[in-house]
Amino acid sequence: MSAHSTDQAAQPAILAEVKPAIIPRAVLVEQNRDFHWITEKVCGIVEGTTPTWWWWCFGLAAVVASFTVSGLVYLVSTGVGVWGHANPVNWAWDIVNFVFWIGIGHAGTLISAILCLLRQKWRTSINRAAEAMTIFAVVCAAIFPVFHVGRIWFAVMPGWLFPFPNSNGIWQNFRSPLEWDVFAVSTYGTVSVLFWYVGLIPDLGTMRDRFTATGNMLKARIYGFFAMGWRGSNRHWSNYEMAYLILAGIATPLVLSVHTIVSFDFAVSLIPGWHTTIFPPYFVAGAIFSGFGMVMTLMLPLRAVYRLEDLITQYHIDCMCKITLATGTMVGYAYSMEFFIAWYSSNPYEGFAFINRAFGHYAWAYWIMIGCNVITPQFFWFKSVRENTTLVWILSIFVNVGMWFERFVIIVTSLARDFLPSSWGYYSPSIVEIFTFFGTFGVFSCLFLLFIRFVPIMPMSEVKAVIPAADPHAGHHH
Amino acid sequence: MKKNYGIVAAFDTTPALYQACLQVRDAGYTQWDSLTPFPVHGLDAAMGMRRSQVPRFSLTGGLIGFCTGMSFIWWANAYEYPLIVGGKPYFSPMFAFPISYELTILFTAFATIAGMFLLNRLPMHYHPLLKAPQFVRASDDRFYIVIEASDPKFNPAQTRALLEQAGGKDIAEIEE
Repeated sequence: MSAHSTDQAAQPAILAEVKPAIIPRAVLVEQNRDFHWITEKVCGIVEGTTPTWWWWCFGLAAVVASFTVSGLVYLVSTGVGVWGHANPVNWAWDIVNFVFWIGIGHAGTLISAILCLLRQKWRTSINRAAEAMTIFAVVCAAIFPVFHVGRIWFAVMPGWLFPFPNSNGIWQNFRSPLEWDVFAVSTYGTVSVLFWYVGLIPDLGTMRDRFTATGNMLKARIYGFFAMGWRGSNRHWSNYEMAYLILAGIATPLVLSVHTIVSFDFAVSLIPGWHTTIFPPYFVAGAIFSGFGMVMTLMLPLRAVYRLEDLITQYHIDCMCKITLATGTMVGYAYSMEFFIAWYSSNPYEGFAFINRAFGHYAWAYWIMIGCNVITPQFFWFKSVRENTTLVWILSIFVNVGMWFERFVIIVTSLARDFLPSSWGYYSPSIVEIFTFFGTFGVFSCLFLLFIRFVPIMPMSEVKAVIPAADPHAGHHH
Repeated sequence: MKKNYGIVAAFDTTPALYQACLQVRDAGYTQWDSLTPFPVHGLDAAMGMRRSQVPRFSLTGGLIGFCTGMSFIWWANAYEYPLIVGGKPYFSPMFAFPISYELTILFTAFATIAGMFLLNRLPMHYHPLLKAPQFVRASDDRFYIVIEASDPKFNPAQTRALLEQAGGKDIAEIEE
């Protein structure tokens, strides 16, 4: 014991030199894969023959999508009465599904824009697919506001959605959040497509060159047309990278503003349970939460089917789980804060709206929401859960379900029990509504399957740029 | 006889390309380029390039977008068909803001992409480099430097010697 203490006393109290611990960064591409391997892996998916499972999935997705088509044909040919909403719940299924799908889209823009600005390099292997998911989710979302007007030709006719005066020369009400929403969602859809396309150009150039080399001139021309003659010139890359950075910079406020404006649809009204200032941040957090849920639902099977474990590593899954955990916890915080403010405001209508949500006729929906959105993500605290891909996938499905119920709870419970008990009601969806919504998963899946068949599912140029061999200084800092 | 477009040299790694770019830059060439499958960090400086001009397009687009939103809503609600809604003024920048904000972003996006294409002179589907068979690897895993024959300092023998000295492989002339 005494010898030990003299040893300690002999050592200086302050080290002459502090050596910072070397913590290795997580590798983004495992097994030290090189540039050519990445090209072969990603292009191989598009160039290979169509797998049998793809045809089965596509057939199934097309059958499911036909439910939406039939539901919409029946709606348009008969009238909006085929949907179950009536006084006092005049806004129900359509707007629930609209907000649900728009929310899913947000993770794509978050991954491609916000994580780009934050220099999170792990975004590179998942951003292409997530952006595609965004575009397809916006397509599904757009179905509902367009068709909920019933006579859909009015949606595009002057005087309704888009800024043209109606037959009396009157313009849209530009004070209305619903009109803001038209601009927000159409801008979001357009910018998402542009952002996705700009990201695709170098990879389409690679596809063109490969098809040219193998003599498949038809495909070389098709991919080449969209590649715009890209030839990888560094003078081009310089402008390209600047443009990409600016697009990321403007897509970030865009994605935050879109769900903020969606939340204004509710928050600007006076209905108890809607008229709250917490809505914009709470909706944005919820949107990112649901979006990451959907990214994991799509990417984990894709990773397994195409053996992409070296590109979508455990580190990527960890990051996605942690963002889901963080945003899910924010959503949980918002739920409790809504309750607190309802009590603290001493507004009897507000207080009733929340007690009614948790213990009224729609309590079943409320507790599904709490279970899926607040409890499910807490499992991601555990490393063993994050490393169990099957379990992560199952939990991601719960996130999707929970976020659909969140919109249902917010929209339906508030309208079903507003100020006057004489106008209270209970809303149940009609079979037409259920089929129309169910079918949108088929529409989404069809589009996503076409995407993985014809477009490089990962941005090869970006993945190549984050492997160690891409560093022109070979690891030496300059 | 076909005209010579320039001389090309291949490099297998990014450090080799980077060092070679420094040498070509310092030799005083101006009409030259490097082809890479991905943007190589720091290569702009190694090639002596100026900062990209794309932000000017973006700023112009954004300003036009914002002004379009504000002036359009003013024109529609306060001038073309003044209509009182909710007893409020005909126009206020407050309620016009969300739409103007979205239009700012929309116009910025279009201007940025248009600016990028314009500055890069794309689409250009026919280019001497795209016809050369070795360039399939420029979009895969190899790096190239091209010195154009139009460069004032271009001299077939000396330029080739410079690229050889810089470590370039498979040095070849490209036809116009």
